[in-house]
Amino acid sequence: MGWATFLVQCLNALQYGLLLFLVASGLTLIFGIMGVINLAHGSFYMIGAYMAYALAPAVAATIGGGFFSTLAVGLVLAVALGYVLEWAFFSFLYEREHLQQVLMTYGLILVFEELRSILVGDDVHSVAPPGWLSGSIALGDLMSYPVYRLFISAVCVLLALGMYVVFAKTRLGMMIRAGASNREMVQSLGIDIKFLYRVVFAAGVAIAVLAGMVAAPVSSVYPGMGNQVLIICFVVVVIGGIGSIRGALLAALLIGLVDTFGKVIFPQAAGVLVYVLMALILLWKPDGLFKA
Amino acid sequence: MTLRRTLLATAALAACALIAGPATAQSAPKLKVGLMLPYTGTYAALGNAIENGFKLYVSEQGGKLGGREIEFFKVDDESDPAKATDNVNKLVKRDQVDVLIGTVHSGVALAMAKVAKESNTLLIVPNAGADAVTGPLCAKNIFRTSFSNWQPGYATGIIAAQKGYKSAMTITWGYAAGNETVKGFNEAFEKGGGKVTKDLTLPFPNVEFQALLTEIAAQKPDVVFAFFAGGGAVKFVKDYDAAGLRKTIPLMGSGFLTDGVLEAQGQAAQGIVTSLHYGDNIETPRNTAFRNKYAVVYKTNPDVYAVQGYDAAQLLHSGLTVVKGDFSKKDEMYYAMGKTTIASPRGKLGFNAAHNPVQDFYIREVKGNYNVITGVAVPALADPARGCKM
Repeated sequence: MGWATFLVQCLNALQYGLLLFLVASGLTLIFGIMGVINLAHGSFYMIGAYMAYALAPAVAATIGGGFFSTLAVGLVLAVALGYVLEWAFFSFLYEREHLQQVLMTYGLILVFEELRSILVGDDVHSVAPPGWLSGSIALGDLMSYPVYRLFISAVCVLLALGMYVVFAKTRLGMMIRAGASNREMVQSLGIDIKFLYRVVFAAGVAIAVLAGMVAAPVSSVYPGMGNQVLIICFVVVVIGGIGSIRGALLAALLIGLVDTFGKVIFPQAAGVLVYVLMALILLWKPDGLFKA
Repeated sequence: MTLRRTLLATAALAACALIAGPATAQSAPKLKVGLMLPYTGTYAALGNAIENGFKLYVSEQGGKLGGREIEFFKVDDESDPAKATDNVNKLVKRDQVDVLIGTVHSGVALAMAKVAKESNTLLIVPNAGADAVTGPLCAKNIFRTSFSNWQPGYATGIIAAQKGYKSAMTITWGYAAGNETVKGFNEAFEKGGGKVTKDLTLPFPNVEFQALLTEIAAQKPDVVFAFFAGGGAVKFVKDYDAAGLRKTIPLMGSGFLTDGVLEAQGQAAQGIVTSLHYGDNIETPRNTAFRNKYAVVYKTNPDVYAVQGYDAAQLLHSGLTVVKGDFSKKDEMYYAMGKTTIASPRGKLGFNAAHNPVQDFYIREVKGNYNVITGVAVPALADPARGCKM
């Protein structure tokens, strides 16, 4: 492997890692802070991707504008969806066992898949990136790199920074962290924990939907896409340490690295390398890299 | 006494014969056809197209095949190999069907073939390409009207070698359909004087191709052969284009790379050359009539899956006609089906000794939203049926 190839592969690894972080960070919020095993996380990702496809014509016709106004509308809908779902379903799950959480969120996967099939159909669709992001830049004479992938990376970095600032520097972040470690104590201090959780859940759903919408132009939109990302999301969250945003970022980058170079250097083992990494890290640190 | 009894008995028998004789001739029991296809999930559209094609032919024959009326039984196989044996037994044991039609997913089809072989139920596979169905698992009662995975790979390998490419890389998901197709490509390409420098695989259904695309860019082969389908095919073709490789290293594939997904692939798919046993512009009266009728009945254009379902009904019809609807003459019927040549919308369709299609494989090039046929890669290509002992 020459230097140029090596550097491009590093870029691939970084870019894939950031994309994984984008998808998994919503899960680490919901799973880590609220303690709910949310198998339907992949469905939110899928809903986002289908929104990017299905909302675009409607948004263009009513509000005007392209990709970014669709993104804005999608996010508003996502927050509303998250808010309603928390109120109707998830708020009953906090005190329940994990098995019951798994059963209900698995049921939601089936419902969302069927709704998707009824509303949008089973075809594969593509979403065009906005015009000014649709080009490619040349990386030496080796190959060219789509600008849109770099844009995704930028979105991921911004999101990571934003989440860090909210959690570490704001009063809201402080309350959320306090709620994660002792729910009753926070409640007795006069903070509306129910409302707080509803907000966190809505934010988690919104991030997953955002990930789906932003990733739609590179991943295309197809049935079952949510289930594909779900497992890798859990791997990211578990390696990173449940509930740790920092951990999720580091874990996502590690997985990006291992997956990218694994595919090239040990293609036969590419499918298991990520899980070997997970096993090794859990042997070394059973709670993941960072304990929240 | 005995005489009267004998007379009475004779009279009774005669009466029975008079009543029953013509009655049985008029209404032989309906032929039970079990459709085991995916009606939900990723492959639902394919399952429906196959059923539509099958029923279109039945209705063209006035609702009968070989003079027998048809009663359908349906099971949704969900493309789930884990449930396949249970599902096929629902049709074979519970509904006691005479004929099994199915399915799309190769893993499910393998389970169907095993049950069909053990219970000696006639099975016609209208899509799944697993080589083993007409290889080690072959049987006198198992037929296929689609293709074996080896076939489109082999045909594409011939085209690549004819174009004068010397080195190739292949890329696919590391599962049966991908590996078998690539094996077919490599066999033909190396026979034609080319050299496959590296087979790239990634686990099914992973779609993060970027690392492998960089590998392709670094090694600069003359041509890349890809096997992907559905969502993976859309993403691969778009990523290949976005990486700037479409202009420098031609991309070829088995026809599924560009079938049913061209609208989503758009500009990125233009000029890709693939091989398959069907295309969008076969201008024969047979195909035109089929396409028009299908479009009128189902309000949509037929695809390769609809053709394969249609031909499954044609094959069954040809066998039943030879035995005049008498399904008990199984061996005679199977023999006739194996020897028949069907006038398929795709062209002439015959069968090899293992009951896999012998058919033309076309050269197809993507132009706009169509897979335009530009020639025949291999006429009457037969699968080598490795491992089949019959």
